[in-house]
Amino acid sequence: MKPGTTSAACVALLKRDLALTWRRRGDALNPLLFAVIVVALFPFALGPEPAVLERIAAGTIFVAVLLAGLLSLDGLFRSDLEDGSLEQLVLSPHPLSLLLACKIAIHWLTTALPLILIAPLLALLLHLPDAVLPVLLAALALATPLLSLIGAICVALTVGMRRSGMLLTLLVLPLLVPVLIFGAGACNAAQSGLPYIAPLLWLGAWLALALVLAPLATATALKISLT
Amino acid sequence: MPAIDLADTPPLLAARALAYARNDEPIFGPLDFALGAGDVVLIEGDNGSGKTTLLKVLSGLLEPTSGEVLLNGAVLTLARLSHQVALLGHLLGLKMELSALQNLHFAVGLGGIRPGITPQIALAGVGLEGYEDQPLRLLSAGQKKRVGLARLLLVPAALWLLDEPYANLDRDGIGLVNRLLETHARRGGAALITSHGAYAYTSGTPRRIALSPAVPNDGSRPSALSPQPSPSA
Repeated sequence: MKPGTTSAACVALLKRDLALTWRRRGDALNPLLFAVIVVALFPFALGPEPAVLERIAAGTIFVAVLLAGLLSLDGLFRSDLEDGSLEQLVLSPHPLSLLLACKIAIHWLTTALPLILIAPLLALLLHLPDAVLPVLLAALALATPLLSLIGAICVALTVGMRRSGMLLTLLVLPLLVPVLIFGAGACNAAQSGLPYIAPLLWLGAWLALALVLAPLATATALKISLT
Repeated sequence: MPAIDLADTPPLLAARALAYARNDEPIFGPLDFALGAGDVVLIEGDNGSGKTTLLKVLSGLLEPTSGEVLLNGAVLTLARLSHQVALLGHLLGLKMELSALQNLHFAVGLGGIRPGITPQIALAGVGLEGYEDQPLRLLSAGQKKRVGLARLLLVPAALWLLDEPYANLDRDGIGLVNRLLETHARRGGAALITSHGAYAYTSGTPRRIALSPAVPNDGSRPSALSPQPSPSA
């Protein structure tokens, strides 16, 4: 009788959550649609002048992506809590933080990665200059994992409550404001021909910090929520 | 019978003056009991007497308000959970969108597997042959419970904590639970099962722990809880 290895547990969890996302692929597409709709509505509201749209393009895309990510956060642990899977995860012989890191990775892969992939299309809708697109993609690639990681801590804190949606938003949004400022700031700087590396490096530094600390904090918060 | 076995080897599971209170309202306890290899103990009590809470405390999901849980002689805390405990609660921990086999493969990945058994064999063992690839939401409540029982067969845990394992099961299923418990006890495992009394572990003479709602602010009340052999019927 030997317990399975931690890597086997992570692989099993990744496989299960990917299979679940595939089964619920209609729901999984919601954030993507939301972001596309938000971005598509701006030209209707502001008029089609390229100069106006160019000015707001990066910021709009950033806000839309962050809000879409926020929309999907609430469900991160909810179904696992409701069907008892979360108890099984907590009771498993493996480090909970590592298992949760896998869940967060799946969240990023299934909600944020499609958004990043579709970002060039959104950029096209808003006349974002071609030269800024790589900066936007880099900023999104650094900011969206941060959203998933910081968001997971807040979800873990609120998952035990009924109707935690509003509280979750209130908790997450202030934490995301710096991410938004630096991410959209990098794009705006690139657009104005200013150096944009520094804000990206800041995002990268936070991401490195969050990669290590957020799963630990999420695990602790979840254990508190379960009791 | 002494509540705590003082032999050289520590018992698989021991509770010492274990009590739990939610918002200063006592839920159960203080309880003293010990479980060794091969023991099957029935926790009896009415609805609301704290059976489920007791199992959660024993699994380590909840911290006891006072007293301690010892697993193989080591104190169990949320920070140091044991790998030897399998909990089957009201919530089965199964994904309704996935098939029985997918659910069991995940359970094996998470908890490891006993030698000489596969998810297919376990499913056949609980009478679900032919349902391997059905999404769980298409199965009945009793069949879902059987998938939960198949998980117990697979995962190498020495201590089973079963919350109302007889609920939702037909006569055949009740016999199945009893057979699983017997086999588990023979292999040197131990099990704690809760029951509100409608069904009971029929084979052998299981020890019983009776839970009654704890009375607030009354330390003098003798607890009704030392395990006693059941009256031989």
